[in-house]
Amino acid sequence: MKDASPARVYALHVAVIALLFVLNFVLPDYHQGLFARIMALAVFAMGYNLLFGYVGLLSLGHAMFFSAGLYGAGLTVYHLGWGVPEAFVAGVVCGALLALVIGLLALRTSGVAFMIVTMMFAQVFYLLILYFAAWTGGDQGLVIQQASRVISIGGASFDLTNPTVRYMSALALFAVALLVTLAIVRSRFGRVLVAIRENEERTKMLGYDTIANKLVAVVASGAVCAASGAAYALLFGYVGSSFASVQYSILPLLWVLLGGAATALGPLVGTLFMYYVTDITSGFTSAYLLIVGVALILLVLFFPKGILGSIRERWLGWLP
Amino acid sequence: MMPLLTTKGLSRFFGGLRAVDGVDFALMPGEIRAIIGPNGAGKTTFVSLLSGRIQPSSGMVAFDGADITAMPAYKRVRLGVAYTFQITSVFANLTAFDNVALPVQRTLTDGRSKGQVRSGVMDALERTGLADRAGTLAGQLSYGHQRLLEVAMGLALKPRLLILDEPTQGLADSEIDNFIALVNQIAKDATVLLIEHNMPVVMQLADSITVFNSGKILAEGTPAQIRANAEVQDAYLGATHG
Repeated sequence: MKDASPARVYALHVAVIALLFVLNFVLPDYHQGLFARIMALAVFAMGYNLLFGYVGLLSLGHAMFFSAGLYGAGLTVYHLGWGVPEAFVAGVVCGALLALVIGLLALRTSGVAFMIVTMMFAQVFYLLILYFAAWTGGDQGLVIQQASRVISIGGASFDLTNPTVRYMSALALFAVALLVTLAIVRSRFGRVLVAIRENEERTKMLGYDTIANKLVAVVASGAVCAASGAAYALLFGYVGSSFASVQYSILPLLWVLLGGAATALGPLVGTLFMYYVTDITSGFTSAYLLIVGVALILLVLFFPKGILGSIRERWLGWLP
Repeated sequence: MMPLLTTKGLSRFFGGLRAVDGVDFALMPGEIRAIIGPNGAGKTTFVSLLSGRIQPSSGMVAFDGADITAMPAYKRVRLGVAYTFQITSVFANLTAFDNVALPVQRTLTDGRSKGQVRSGVMDALERTGLADRAGTLAGQLSYGHQRLLEVAMGLALKPRLLILDEPTQGLADSEIDNFIALVNQIAKDATVLLIEHNMPVVMQLADSITVFNSGKILAEGTPAQIRANAEVQDAYLGATHG
């Protein structure tokens, strides 16, 4: 958070959004689909980064917020026949409410205890999804039909199964999430969050109710992750319990660490990198996880603060 | 005149150790009070009880006539009780500007001050002579400047009572002179309570002195009275001022 002209910062981010916009028309079909997926999941990583990168709270249960959005949107479409916009809002609200409850309980702890408590709650959430298989489809999941995934606004209708519509929807969500996180971390509230990460005791002695600030951050993080989950359900038409499993709590942590914690664009870079390393190496060998592992170790060795975190440290101090 | 801060029978025990033991204390508005005493006398524990960083075992603390014994630390800060740490604890990875912006924006939110964050920050940095280092990471400042930054953060809280815990520790002599001038200036708007080991600083600054020993108040009075007090000389001054 060195002195940076806001114009330069916003110009960079708008340029990234513009680049992604152009890529829609350039990328081959396969990569266009992959990018849509990556952008939707990068929003998940951004929500995670808000809490982990800026407040310094390491949660191992964020799969529950993602899947709260996923199921909140998916089940209202599947069972209640809701339209896409209402279902999306339902998903975000589910995630925010869940985050509020979990935050009230889990913020009584910190450090390792916080990790374990969040992981346990996520596990409960996962098991509940399996338990209520009659509604959730259990480990089979549910497929949301194409007919349910059409947005009609006025006379026009947008079919989310169309690759370009899907790409643009994912980009729109990504752009909003990026600008919202950027605004949050550059605000007064963002400064308090970073202060809590750096030294919570000191922040209290400056007159801040750190628990209340952390709770707001948990809810904001949960809502952003739920927005990603809701979008994922609506864009890709599948709702499944594997998204609530512990793997999906670890993945955002990994993406954020790779891209650079507490950087605005790090979550996108990390998600992109992981997806493509996996994608490319799995084309050569069935032992691709080995190569992914080696790539991760090299990154940690040479870019301990993540790709963008290290770039910021060495060259671009103004990067947010 | 009503005291700004009073304590009655204030005690804090750590196991069998009576760190602070039944202290009755009163601080008048506008004064500069120094707390002195040998190591382990309970000075830091005492001011921590005032700021709310630790809870008392028994007794009460009143600020401006209201009982604040059970009030959490962050609410006391909003009432105007600011505490600067003995061990420098600025936010090392934030700039000097951001360090001071945190207390400034707090007072703006509370309505205790008006205006822009930037002007409030620069004002506090100018008063402590750090204005040209606003963009420097606090961790890269010299030790003396970090101490000053700590004071700037306290100042920016617009305190009615500023508690300074060994503020001159580790400062060079030249820095100490500036520091004395700064505290005198702060005392125009705020009551100052400082723990200090440097006797020349205490004698120059303090309107009155409270001497702690073994968790209790041993003596209280003007600098001249304390200097003349035989008990104090035995307990504390004896070694250095024979």
